[in-house]
Amino acid sequence: MPNTDTMAAADDPLVREHRIKQQAAQEQRRDTVVRVVRQTVTFVVFLGLLAGLYTGYKAFGQSIGDAQHDWAVVGSVLPRTDDLNMPPVGEIFGQFGETPGGQDRIYAHILFDEAVFTLREAFAGFLVGLVIGMAIALALAQWRRLEQGLLPYVIASQTIPLIAIAPIIVIWGRKNFDVFPWEWQDWMSVSVIATYLTFFPVAVNGLRGLQSPRPENQELMESYAANWFQTLWRLRLPASLPYLFAALKIAATASIVGAIVGEISAGVEGGLGRRILREAFNYTTGPDRLFASVLGAAVLGIFVFLVVTAVERLVVGHQTQESTT
Amino acid sequence: MSEVPSMDEATSAAQGASSLVIDIRGATKVFNPGKSNQVEALGEIDLSVGPGEFITLIGPSGCGKSTLLRLVASLIPPSAGTVQVNGKPAEQARLDRDYGMAFQTAGLFDWRSVTKNIELPLELMGWSRGARRRRVAEMLEMVKLSEFANHHPSELSGGMQQRVAIARALSFSPSLLLMDEPFGALDEMTREHMQDELLRIWEETETTVVFVTHSIPEAVYLSTRAIVMSPRPGGIASIIDVDLGDRNASTRDDPAFFTKVTEVRTALRKVEE
Ligand SMILES: Nc1ncnc2c1ncn2[C@@H]1O[C@H](COP(=O)(O)OP(=O)(O)OP(=O)(O)O)[C@@H](O)[C@H]1O
Ligand SMILES: [Mg+2]
Repeated sequence: MPNTDTMAAADDPLVREHRIKQQAAQEQRRDTVVRVVRQTVTFVVFLGLLAGLYTGYKAFGQSIGDAQHDWAVVGSVLPRTDDLNMPPVGEIFGQFGETPGGQDRIYAHILFDEAVFTLREAFAGFLVGLVIGMAIALALAQWRRLEQGLLPYVIASQTIPLIAIAPIIVIWGRKNFDVFPWEWQDWMSVSVIATYLTFFPVAVNGLRGLQSPRPENQELMESYAANWFQTLWRLRLPASLPYLFAALKIAATASIVGAIVGEISAGVEGGLGRRILREAFNYTTGPDRLFASVLGAAVLGIFVFLVVTAVERLVVGHQTQESTT
Repeated sequence: MSEVPSMDEATSAAQGASSLVIDIRGATKVFNPGKSNQVEALGEIDLSVGPGEFITLIGPSGCGKSTLLRLVASLIPPSAGTVQVNGKPAEQARLDRDYGMAFQTAGLFDWRSVTKNIELPLELMGWSRGARRRRVAEMLEMVKLSEFANHHPSELSGGMQQRVAIARALSFSPSLLLMDEPFGALDEMTREHMQDELLRIWEETETTVVFVTHSIPEAVYLSTRAIVMSPRPGGIASIIDVDLGDRNASTRDDPAFFTKVTEVRTALRKVEE
C-alpha cells in the first residue's frame, strides 16, 4: 500500500519539485554547520584581539608614563596606564582560580554563587515582567483606542533613569509593601527593578506579534466562526512567538542588568551587583578582582541570552526558519 | 469517480429556489459610506447558484470579485439586499460552517504541520482526536500528500501548500467551497496541474464551487458557468455557460475550448471599455 503511494507520488510534478527543494535544504543545513563553526572561531579570535588590544595599549600607555617628557605631543595627552588601572589580562583570569583571604572557595566559585543569587532575582522579575508585558500587549491589541492612549506612557516609563527609581522601590518595599501576604524582602525589590526593564520590550514586541497575522488568516478564523479566545490561542499567540522571542532576548539580558543595578542601590546581601560594589571599594588592594567580577556579570548576561535562544530554537524552529529564508 | 453533475441537473436545480446553494438578491456593498473615501464596490447583484455548479468570477481588478465572495462568506455584511446560503442567511451559514474557504496565499499556519493545518477547522468544531486523524488521512490521500503529513508548510512548494489549503477547506465536508484566486501565485505548469486536481476533487466530493480568477483559460477550463463582472460599481456584465464535459489534456486544444475563451474575452473587452 505505501509502495503504490510512493509510486504515484514520484510521478507527481509537484513532488518532484519538492525533492529538488529538499535537496537544496539539505545543502543549506550543511552550510549552517559551517556557519556555526565560523562564528565560534570568529568569536574566539575577537576575544583574543580584544585581549591583545588591551595588553597592547597598556604597554603603550605604560611606556608613555615611563618615558615622561621624552615623548612627543601625542603621547603627553594619552592616558597613562599601570597595573592598578589596567591589571594584566593574565592576572584577571588568574584571579578566577585564586582563593581570596578569609574565604574557603576559589574566586570563580564565589562569583558563581553570586551569579546564581542574581539570576534568581532576575528570573523572578523576568517572569513577572513577561506576564505584565503580555497583558499590556493583549489589552493594547484588543482595544485600538487604548493603544493610542496608553502606548506613550509605556514608552515614557522607560525614560526614567533606573538609578533614580531603584532606591525608591527599595524604600517603598521596606516601608509600604505590607499589602502582600508574605514579608517583603529586599531581593524582591531587586526583582521589581528587573520587571521594570523586562515588561517593556515584551509589551511592544508582543503587540506587534499579536497584530502580525495577515488579514486572510484572520478571515480564515472568522470563516470557521472561531471565537475570540480560539483566534487568540490558535492564531495570534503562535504568530506572535517569533516577535516575542526577539523581545525576550533583550528582556533577559536587561533583567540581569536591572538586577545588578538594583542590588547596588538596594544594599541586598549577595549577588553580583553587591560583589562588584565591594570590589570597587577594595580596588586599590585587588584591581583584578573588580575586572574579574565584571567579566562574571558579562558571562551571566551572555548565558541568559543563549538560554533564550535555545528555547526559541525548540519552540519556533519552523517559524524562524521561514522568516530567515 | 465520474459522477459529474451534468449541466442539465445543475441548471434545473438552480431553478428550484429551495435547493439553491447561493441566492443573492439585490445585494450592494458600499465601503465607508458617507465618508470622503466612500467606495461603491458592488451595485445591485442578483445571482443564484445551484448544487454541484462550478462558478468562476472573472473581471478587471477592483470590480468587486473578492467583495462578492466575502459577502457570500458573510465576512462582510451587504449594504442592502440579501445573501442566502443553503436557504438561510449567509451569517447563519457561516456559523453552521457550511462553506470552506481558500485564498490566493495558501495562508497555512507556519507553526503547524501539514496534518495540524488540515485539522484546524476540525479542532474548532470539537471533533475527537481519532476522528480528526482519520479524516486528515483521507484528505491527504485526496490531495496526494500522504507522505508529507508531518512536514511544515515552509518545507513545501507553493503548489503543495495550495493543496494543503484545499484539503483544509474541504476537511469538514462543507457543501460549498469559496476560492479567491487560489492558483494566482503559481507558475503556469503547476497551475494547470492544480486545475485538474481541483476538478477531480470537485467531482469526487460533489461540492459547489465559487472560484475567483484573473485567467480567461482558467475560467473556461474549470467552470460550468463563467460570470464576467464589470467595474464601477461592480456588477454582473454577462454569464457564459460552459460545457466541456470530461476535461483532460486534449481539452485545452479543443476548438470548443477556444470558442468559449474567445467568448469570455469578448465579454471582458466590452466591460473594460
Ligand atoms: N475593506 C475595504 N475598504 C474599502 N474599500 C474596499 C475594501 N475592500 C475592497 N474595497 C474596494 O472595493 C473595490 C472592489 O474590491 P475587490 O477587492 O472586491 O476587487 P477585486 O475584483 O477582488 O479585485 P482584484 O482582482 O484586484 O482582487 C475596490 O475598489 C476596492 O478598493
Ligand atoms: Mg480580489
